[in-house]
Amino acid sequence: MQLLLARWEFSVVTVFHFFFVPLTIGLAFLVALMQTLAYKRGDAGWDRLSRFFGRLFLIEMAVGIVTGIVLEFQFGLNWSAYSVFVGNIFGAPLAIEALLAFFMESTFIGLWIFGRGRLSPRLHLATIWMVSLGTTLSALFILAANSWMQHPVGYKVVHGQAVLTNFWLLLGNPMLWGSFAHTVLGALATAGAVVLGISAWRAHREPRGSEHRNSFLRASRFAAFFTGVATVLVAISGDVQARLMDVYQPMKMAAAEALYTTKSGASFSILTIGNLKQKPIFQIRIPHLLSLIADLSWNGQVQGINNIQAAEVAKHGAGSYIPVIPLTYWSFRVMVGAGILLILLSAWGAWLARGNNLERLGESRWFRRAALWGIALPFIANTTGWIFTEIGRQPWIVYGLMTTAKGVSTVTTADIALTFIAFILVYTIIGAVDAWLFVRAARLGLDGTGEEAEGAELAGLVY
Amino acid sequence: MAPFADLNTTWFALIGLLWAGYLFLEGFDFGVSVVSPFVSKDEIDRRTCLNAIGPVWDGNEVWLLTAGGATFAAFPLWYARLFNGFYLALFLILLALIARGVSFEFRAKVDDPKWRRTWDWANFGGSLVPAIVWGAAFTDLVHGVPLSPDGRYYAGLIGLLHPVALVGGLASLALFVLHGSVFLSLKTSGALAARARHAAVVSGVAASVLVTAAVVWVAAAGRPAVDGSVPGALPLVIAIVAIAGVVLSTLFIARGNDGRAFLATGVAILALMGAVFARMFPAVLPASNRAANGLTIAGAASQHNTLLVMTVVAAIFTPFVLAYQGWSYWVFRQRLTRPVAPAGTVTTGLPPVATATPAAGSA
Repeated sequence: MQLLLARWEFSVVTVFHFFFVPLTIGLAFLVALMQTLAYKRGDAGWDRLSRFFGRLFLIEMAVGIVTGIVLEFQFGLNWSAYSVFVGNIFGAPLAIEALLAFFMESTFIGLWIFGRGRLSPRLHLATIWMVSLGTTLSALFILAANSWMQHPVGYKVVHGQAVLTNFWLLLGNPMLWGSFAHTVLGALATAGAVVLGISAWRAHREPRGSEHRNSFLRASRFAAFFTGVATVLVAISGDVQARLMDVYQPMKMAAAEALYTTKSGASFSILTIGNLKQKPIFQIRIPHLLSLIADLSWNGQVQGINNIQAAEVAKHGAGSYIPVIPLTYWSFRVMVGAGILLILLSAWGAWLARGNNLERLGESRWFRRAALWGIALPFIANTTGWIFTEIGRQPWIVYGLMTTAKGVSTVTTADIALTFIAFILVYTIIGAVDAWLFVRAARLGLDGTGEEAEGAELAGLVY
Repeated sequence: MAPFADLNTTWFALIGLLWAGYLFLEGFDFGVSVVSPFVSKDEIDRRTCLNAIGPVWDGNEVWLLTAGGATFAAFPLWYARLFNGFYLALFLILLALIARGVSFEFRAKVDDPKWRRTWDWANFGGSLVPAIVWGAAFTDLVHGVPLSPDGRYYAGLIGLLHPVALVGGLASLALFVLHGSVFLSLKTSGALAARARHAAVVSGVAASVLVTAAVVWVAAAGRPAVDGSVPGALPLVIAIVAIAGVVLSTLFIARGNDGRAFLATGVAILALMGAVFARMFPAVLPASNRAANGLTIAGAASQHNTLLVMTVVAAIFTPFVLAYQGWSYWVFRQRLTRPVAPAGTVTTGLPPVATATPAAGSA
């Protein structure tokens, strides 16, 4: 019972946290970019846009930060056996993340919020870039910790603890660089989709020919290109990761396709209705695609779940080494599907904006609707992507070294249940308030984002 | 091997320093949040209080994350046992920090008195709870908690509510309110600063009594001796320095000397944490029932390689962190003053000696 509750609690607090992480990593970068355009060109439109999206960024950042604090201590609270086992290795990137990344983002965000008008414009611009750098570094170090759990390197096990033998191997972990690229590009795509959806929606609300409408249309065009490029790169980095997965976590690869028996030239199913294990009722399959994904070859061999299970039993002893197949199978497809839709949406926006004709973008009602609903796509992809990554490697908490069941704390069921329920309640309230404030701030549009808003802020009374 | 064995002790001391730095910094911003409802007469006062810590509170809180991360990396067993054992206490703190963290940003986003009042409460409660619980937890830690033979704490939240811990919790609350009030009188001007000074004197008297009581109680209670611990006089002397700091700060602020008062509360907080860590040494989780059940530095420490990597990284990057964090304090060093007119627009003044503060509002 403790195990089940601890796993649910971890998944809830992590998934919730990760709504905000990619959005804020991406928005920090985009706001920095907008402020740079405003600074370099002396462009009032980009200046207003950078303040407008900066305001949205700060609302999300506040929730991202507080939910991140919970995660730092989640390991000690519910996963103390795991913490003891991995602390030598897992703790270091966490501590380094705090020292290098958290200090940077939190200090410079204070400087950015309160420093407007007090620092020189050049220095003020530098502070938002430091925030962006801090959030990105944070992703690097937490992924170094996660990648070690996915594919342990540079360690040996001494007296029931994994101890560090080579820190450089930890940082050179191929899984790390695959997932770092994938995650950060995903974050850029997330923020891009948000900027695209909101800009397309707000442009429509501004009178035709007005300066604000023009600013939002420019932002839409910019976001369409940006999101498109970022999402294509996400797909490419994901493809690289698939090959790594085939080498280091073959079970996850097989589970992604629910491939039970080893095959050469394996096909890939896009959609399955019915049982994944036996003969499905209906299926759309693309021949040879799984082999291409896993091995980059037409007839490459992809190992099946049953074969891998047998090999794992021989290696680690009796037990099931198979993750929950439907969850793994479907989360993978939803992630990829949402990504493809986002690429199509961005391409549509870029096509509409061709030839410097911004009004064509502004007049398309269907695009505006699609872009607004499209905001959900990256969030769906981010969430299902992590569900796939983390469920697909079960039963391992540290791949091949420690099972999730062995990592849990010795606290009582009542204690975990209490914290779990409380986190759900608090996160529901905060999530609802955050969403409401976000929409409210977005509705304000570009009014009040110019110099006229600076009176109180200049004096340091921002809050 | 011999010279590197000391890395364990070095990291024990560094973690002590991180906690001390955390409580020094977040201590005043907790204090400002707790004292704000008592010294604010109107919305502008409240905003001034929040904005006095606005640019820095988030950076201050990262000291906690760094202390937590460093404990995880350098002493995995300590991190695991401590937070597994002090489960609900840490959970309370986390909830409080969530409420507090979002309150700053959320409060300012809707211009409605009821809305602002709600988040004022979140800010107040979210600061009050950790201000008490951190003090209670560290008092428990230094006083020792009952541990099973395999080193686990088992008495739950109730077991942490030992009378000495309650005194310790109230002591830390009074101390942080003093620290925050002094900070506020240093950062604001006019009537608000005067009320903050008054609050500092009241909380300073309370803190002097409570901190002394907690120190005497912990020293008198004693616990099973751990091999290799420092003579009991050393932590006691450090603790007396802390008490002197609290008393001096109260005297300084009563005379209107904000700067010295802030220095004195700062020394008091750093010295108290020094006393806690000196008295725990060489244990990291001392047992109140049987010394052998306690967890020691050597028993909890990571291997040499981890500590070496951490030492190198910390040596390279800490100076940068301190430099830019220090710079942010420098950038926002001015006192905040009330707006002349009209309400809603606020001007930044030079120190109040140079700027005539309008008598608007109340005094």
